[in-house]
Amino acid sequence: MYDSGKIIVGLIIGLGLLTFPFWYNLGKAAPPTPEPKLSEKAKTIGQCIEPKARMKTRHMQILDQWRDNMVRQGQVLYVAWDGKQYDMSLQNTCMDCHDNKKDFCDQCHNYTAVSPFCWDCHVAPEEK
Amino acid sequence: MMGLDRRKFLKIAGVSALGLGAKPALDLLFGQMIEVHAQEEKPPLVKAQTWAMVVDLKKLTEEDCRRAVEACHREHNVPNIRRVDGSVNHKEEIKWIWTEGFEHAFPGQAFEYVNHELEEKPLLVLCNHCTDPPCVRVCPTKATFKREDGIVMMDMHRCIGCRFCMAGCPYGSRSFNWGDPRPYIAKLNPGYPTRTKGVVEKCTFCFDRLSKGQHPACVEACESGALVFGDLANPDSEVRTLLSERYALRRKPELGTGPNVYYLM
Repeated sequence: MYDSGKIIVGLIIGLGLLTFPFWYNLGKAAPPTPEPKLSEKAKTIGQCIEPKARMKTRHMQILDQWRDNMVRQGQVLYVAWDGKQYDMSLQNTCMDCHDNKKDFCDQCHNYTAVSPFCWDCHVAPEEK
Repeated sequence: MMGLDRRKFLKIAGVSALGLGAKPALDLLFGQMIEVHAQEEKPPLVKAQTWAMVVDLKKLTEEDCRRAVEACHREHNVPNIRRVDGSVNHKEEIKWIWTEGFEHAFPGQAFEYVNHELEEKPLLVLCNHCTDPPCVRVCPTKATFKREDGIVMMDMHRCIGCRFCMAGCPYGSRSFNWGDPRPYIAKLNPGYPTRTKGVVEKCTFCFDRLSKGQHPACVEACESGALVFGDLANPDSEVRTLLSERYALRRKPELGTGPNVYYLM
């Protein structure tokens, strides 16, 4: 093999770079799982528009549907699983209870590195 | 004969395995969607076929105009974009409803010896919620569309900021957000969203207030009753009565857009 010295050194450096994330994070604990906090108001009311597990996994689809129903079909009311009615509004319904965006929404969004652009337009409640 | 041969067994097994494998995927795709759909009901929307506004120029005062513009812009978080020296920045200005002189509002109707009072008077102009809106026709993403009740609506989530609608609108009713509007909003109304950089906005005839049975913000703010709002399709509505009793102008009707804001002379 010609230039074996250079090639082998190159390979070692290359391998080192490739596995850098593993070396770098060796011995460090995984970041703690996020724990979104419920606001006082949400705690008192005790239930969301859908069961908790469903809200956890499907809130983005529900919000999407709310948006289309409200803006494009002009529908205003959402009838929840238990028959209760809600105004389809992120800003006026969801954020009314969940008025702690930093401790609630941002917890998981930051952890999973998603940056939804809801709050580019929708006004988040003032943090207390 | 005893049951299946090897060939047939393998076929059935293969198809069954495919079916089993596809089930969770199908559930994920359709199961949830159907569930969400099933929970919706037609809400009690305040119904109309053609919302329209009538502006009574005999009653309209300067004070009315000021109040209407202020109420609208406050309610909808419309930014007040100024230059550093405080003057109006016409190129970046954002307006849903504003005042215009007679000769600009009705360029085809103005002439040298037009009624002096009319000429001096500020008129309230806004989106005409046209029957055949050119802005809707040119929008490439259907971000702006005609609702069943006649409102020409904006879906800010879909707007890509191409500004075709601004070129299409003959009334200048649309404004573009060249930058983030939030720093220019004096007092945020927490009940209504703002807009973001890169979208076009305009009057929505207060579709959200209508759905709660309220009049548009400008109509409510005009205490002299110079603004009247109602359904053109209903022959008993106040707008229809006014239009049948008095002569009314529309802005640039010759363009065939069918504006739905009427000005009583």
